[in-house]
Amino acid sequence: MSVATDRRTDLKYRVGLNLRAVVGRSYPRIVGANREPSWIFFEAFLPLLGIAAYVFIYQFFGLQATAAILGNPGNPPMCGDHVCASVAEQNQYLAAVNANTNALIASVVLGGTMVAFWLNVLWSMASQLYWEKEIGNLQLYMMAPMNRMALLGGMAVGGMVMTSMRAVSTLVAGIFVFGVIFQVANPLLLLAVFFATLIALYGLGMMFASLYLLWGREAWNLSALMEEPIFFSSGFYFPLGGLFRIPGWGPAVAIAGSFIPASIGLDALRQLTLGSTAFGGSLWIFNVTTELEILVGMAVLFLILARYCLAYLETLAKREGKLTSRHQ
Amino acid sequence: MSTYWRTFKTAAWLGWEMDSNWTEPWLFVLYSVIKPVAGAFILVLMYIVFVAIGRPQGDPDAFSYMYVGNSFFIFVASVLFGTFQVIQSDREWYQTIRYVYISPISYYVYILGRAASKIAVSVFAVAITLVFGVMFLGVRLHLALTDVPLFLVSTALGLSVLLAIGICLGGISFLTAKHTHGLAEGIPGLFYVFCGVLFPLSVLPNWGQAVGRAIPLTYWFDITRRLLTEGSTVNTTLGGYDAPTILLFLVVSSVGFFGLSVLIYKIGEYFARKAGKIDMTTSY
Repeated sequence: MSVATDRRTDLKYRVGLNLRAVVGRSYPRIVGANREPSWIFFEAFLPLLGIAAYVFIYQFFGLQATAAILGNPGNPPMCGDHVCASVAEQNQYLAAVNANTNALIASVVLGGTMVAFWLNVLWSMASQLYWEKEIGNLQLYMMAPMNRMALLGGMAVGGMVMTSMRAVSTLVAGIFVFGVIFQVANPLLLLAVFFATLIALYGLGMMFASLYLLWGREAWNLSALMEEPIFFSSGFYFPLGGLFRIPGWGPAVAIAGSFIPASIGLDALRQLTLGSTAFGGSLWIFNVTTELEILVGMAVLFLILARYCLAYLETLAKREGKLTSRHQ
Repeated sequence: MSTYWRTFKTAAWLGWEMDSNWTEPWLFVLYSVIKPVAGAFILVLMYIVFVAIGRPQGDPDAFSYMYVGNSFFIFVASVLFGTFQVIQSDREWYQTIRYVYISPISYYVYILGRAASKIAVSVFAVAITLVFGVMFLGVRLHLALTDVPLFLVSTALGLSVLLAIGICLGGISFLTAKHTHGLAEGIPGLFYVFCGVLFPLSVLPNWGQAVGRAIPLTYWFDITRRLLTEGSTVNTTLGGYDAPTILLFLVVSSVGFFGLSVLIYKIGEYFARKAGKIDMTTSY
């Protein structure tokens, strides 16, 4: 056996090779973004405006509710569905509206950070192999000696780093522009939930990457289809428990949306940053520990499924010889 | 003129084929409906959650205001995207821009043609969203027969402004990297915030209200709402202007934005040609 062949089967060499592949694939995303200053404006600043719109909606509702509680010459002050019995009751309702409005705005800000990661998963993970095929890079990846999971891992790491700028700017804007106050009692648990959510999300993206390649052009449109419907069913801009308030179809939509790790992750992150008593404690799905366990389970499951999908794709591609056929 | 018309027709046909021929017609119709309806449902749920924890008696006027604004915002998102993404998809994805660009047609008209199919699909989506709101969500809509011409004229003007803004962005994207998604999210986001789409301008600080009044789409949304949801109690801050005045603002700004779009497009094209960026690709 030659020295070169001996080295290729060596575990240390293979681990090193795959780690270099991870670094190599994440490098263009991180460095590419840094070399294109306009990226900061387009990918970090502009999307903040969309988040701001949702914040202003809650502020609008809050102002309308406050006006109703304060009353005016034509209308008496309303506390819920009845006229306020005393100034104390009126103040109590005003405080509740303020607290709930602030908690909802904080929910939007957290949802906005997760939107950044979800869009990155859809457009820079799930669609990426299909995109690489379209521009002619895929055959190069397939011929290279590293494990294809390392390639997907590199895309994920690069995507997370690239997207974190947008996520951080959303959080900073939430705190300094919209005056959101987060109360973090357990930062370690918060970090654990956050990273478990990211790993599960990007695991899902890795799985989709192979499937999208099989589905061809439909996949591109599928990504577009998984924006607003997922924002809705996974509770990106409102606590997911709100869906359970709707009799009939509400719980079904919420359960379907929960298969996206961001929904459970957001619910846990909101509990950890707003306190489990926010919204009267009535809009949460599970407690944080249970949600962390679900997220870890999802992360493991999606990574395993991603590996199987990739293997299936490779077999199919070799059998049908369509791996490099573009625009299909 | 006949060359322009031929270019427009062919580009519109091409755009329609690219948008729709990836799947079966029924799936395409479903796809065209699900996205906007889901977008509307986000707002419905935001309203439901707020009512559940903040205002049990509800606020139908605020809900109708928000719902109608969001329905017509479908035009904004899809027409803008349909316009400025033409350059980036031809350049980055299909890599056909060099062939289309050197052909003896107006590329400006070609972009307008490609966007036409998006407008057609949007009309359908807006109608579905509004009908859904009226039938299942209790949205109060009323369009008097005498107001129909005004409604059609204002809609046409609003769409013209959107196309002009889209071309402006297209001109800029001649020079930028592959920012389709940032632009698709960000620019509509700008209008989402400042044009009184989901909440009245009175919610914004003074400087924000000034920005909103400088954008023609604010007047388009206002006149559309006046015609469709008469008698709303929401303070829009534009109550001092009557409908013809608002329409006049729209006409003037449509003309102004058309001129601006030609100017920005020409400047972007000039610098892109000078820097050799017409057919660049930026794959990260």
